[in-house]
Amino acid sequence: MRRKIAGIAAGIGLMLASGTSVLAQELTIFWAEWDPANYLQELVNEYETETGVRVTVETTPWSDFQTKAFTEFNARGDAYDLVVGDSQWLGAGSTGGHYVDLSDFFKEHNLGEVMAPATVKYYAEYPGNSGKYWAIPLEGDAVGWSYRKDWFEDPKEMEAFKAKYGYDLAPPKDWKQLRDIAEFFHRPDEKRYGVAIYTDNSYDALVMGVENAIFSYGGELGNYETYEVDGYINSDKAVAALEAYKELYQFTPPGWAKTFFVENNQAITEGLAAMSMNYFAFFPALLNEATNPHAKNTGFFANPAGPGGDQFAALGGQGISIVSYSQNKDEAMKFLEWFIRADVQKRWAELGGYTCHAKTLESEEFRNATPYNEAFYQTMFKVKDFWAVPEFAELLQQINQRIYPYIVGGEGTAKEALDALATDWTDTFKKYDRLK
Amino acid sequence: MTTDVITRLDPQSHAAKRGLSDLSIRNLFIIPTILFLIVFNIFPLLYSLYYSFTDFRASTNAAANFVGLQNYRELLNDPFIWNNFVITAKYVIVSVAGQVIVGFGVALLLNRDIPYKGLITTLLLLPMMLSMAVVGLFWKLLYDPSFGIINYALGLGTFEWLANPDMALYAVAITDIWMWSPFVMLLSLAGLSAVPKHLYEAAAIDRAGSLYTFFRITLPLVAPILMIAIIFRTMEAFKTFDLAYILTSQPTTEVLSIRLYKMAFQEWQTGRSCALAYIMLIVVVAITNIYVKYLNKVKER
Repeated sequence: MRRKIAGIAAGIGLMLASGTSVLAQELTIFWAEWDPANYLQELVNEYETETGVRVTVETTPWSDFQTKAFTEFNARGDAYDLVVGDSQWLGAGSTGGHYVDLSDFFKEHNLGEVMAPATVKYYAEYPGNSGKYWAIPLEGDAVGWSYRKDWFEDPKEMEAFKAKYGYDLAPPKDWKQLRDIAEFFHRPDEKRYGVAIYTDNSYDALVMGVENAIFSYGGELGNYETYEVDGYINSDKAVAALEAYKELYQFTPPGWAKTFFVENNQAITEGLAAMSMNYFAFFPALLNEATNPHAKNTGFFANPAGPGGDQFAALGGQGISIVSYSQNKDEAMKFLEWFIRADVQKRWAELGGYTCHAKTLESEEFRNATPYNEAFYQTMFKVKDFWAVPEFAELLQQINQRIYPYIVGGEGTAKEALDALATDWTDTFKKYDRLK
Repeated sequence: MTTDVITRLDPQSHAAKRGLSDLSIRNLFIIPTILFLIVFNIFPLLYSLYYSFTDFRASTNAAANFVGLQNYRELLNDPFIWNNFVITAKYVIVSVAGQVIVGFGVALLLNRDIPYKGLITTLLLLPMMLSMAVVGLFWKLLYDPSFGIINYALGLGTFEWLANPDMALYAVAITDIWMWSPFVMLLSLAGLSAVPKHLYEAAAIDRAGSLYTFFRITLPLVAPILMIAIIFRTMEAFKTFDLAYILTSQPTTEVLSIRLYKMAFQEWQTGRSCALAYIMLIVVVAITNIYVKYLNKVKER
């Protein structure tokens, strides 16, 4: 009996001893559950072959990604060594003490120039223009558009369109054309609809969609340095943009009231809509004939310009940060050094990741690799993002509460909704002492 | 006669030989339960009460500052929160009323000698056994305006159940009624089968009408058990989350628990969400108390 116990104790001891030595050779990256996370797993498998350090990409569905990540941070848990966090998390992650300060790493490797400037600004730096960096841009992303090439290139449609609107039917160059084309193809009797847009108000979907309009109309959410919002978010340009978005809503398929990336890709795969907004990250699925029967007839274009010629898009995408409660921070740092290498970034792009590496992005090879890479390349130099302050989720809730009833429910006017929002945001910024 | 609740151990018994007194046996069973309750229920309850008076945010490492009644004051002055209360009340009334009418109605139909009664009852109970999330997901498909079977069966064309802000809450309530009417039916059946047959026979001899029999005999005798069903369903409906969250994201379906979830776990306003949770707790306790008082009255009759 005693021998047996001794044996078991020795076994447990051995397991613990080997367990700790194995731990040092392992890294866990936390991300949301989507294709890019699978591409990242493929990439880090190559890191394991090179260094022997095993890296696992752990994922969770988008809907509870934020909740799960912050629950782990709040508990100061070391389950994840690195996290590929949303750009809006920077404020909460840095001021909350959850992210390791990467400013020195950034300077040492001159990442401000190695990575595309917009990605550094939105995925890495907090507060704005502070020179403090908390993440390495990993997956660049922005909102773009897919469309049905066969509908657009049908001679009969082209003729009818020209007769009705006086110009040629082609991917829209501005928001007015976008609206016209959506109206033109909106034929509920034929079960064909004009356009698919984001309308889900539970997190940032609807807001991303509306941002595309606001930024391209020359509007702003506010002044990102002084936190003034009155006169920005309710400016004439922003009001016109919100009205334009609401106009598009009437050309959406029926029941289009809680839609995000899944539904917007379905709009194309099910042959419902002529055009559909979505993040570039979801476009590979549209070119895959296994997931999209219309793959051959699907084209892509960048978010069109507004009436004043401004052209911007809402930023998606994420940077990778080291979690400050990790037991393997040094190992994680070594991994980041490997990840920013030019050859690794090129490989990342080949695997399907949207690299933020400026040289790779600019290369002809990348831009011609897929039908949407060119649109992606153009977009990544003109992106803007939502507030990244720690209280961003409250700001999101407030904008959703104000604009959703206007867009989907048809309540009130755009001006009323945005005036009320300006008051909400001003109060929130005052509450957190950002505004006097 | 001894008044001891605990009976003495037989000195020859196994427990006595092992030296376990009745007192220690009692402690062995009760203390873990009490400890469990304290650690997992009472402590969090009191701790969140403290948080509800602070500006604590669980997403940062910053210390919590005491802000007094500010959270409660701001919440009760927030028109959006009041709107959430109105939505929740509407939902509770529609869904519980629907469940009682449908559930009790089906129970009346089943409370007679029909073939395959057991099988039919079991089949009717199926919705209740499904997971809320699964029910939400497949009703979302049933309601779909383009390919949903509901519009097809009712010939409603592309009627928008969930995208229409005025309809969405009722659509969620209909789903809830479908899922939980069987629960009311089950309890009602138990109540109905307990009504003594001789009362009906006496009523028949007196040539009482069927309506008169229903309101004077059936309903009063089933009322206590029906009230229990209503209490359970009201409490559940008041804190409903999954169905409404999965089916739609209309502001007109944002019931209190959804707002609470967003406040606590998306916005990380921990202090304020604790205050909201307390307000909800007080409301639920108050409503339940009214019901229980009424239930006792019904029982006395």
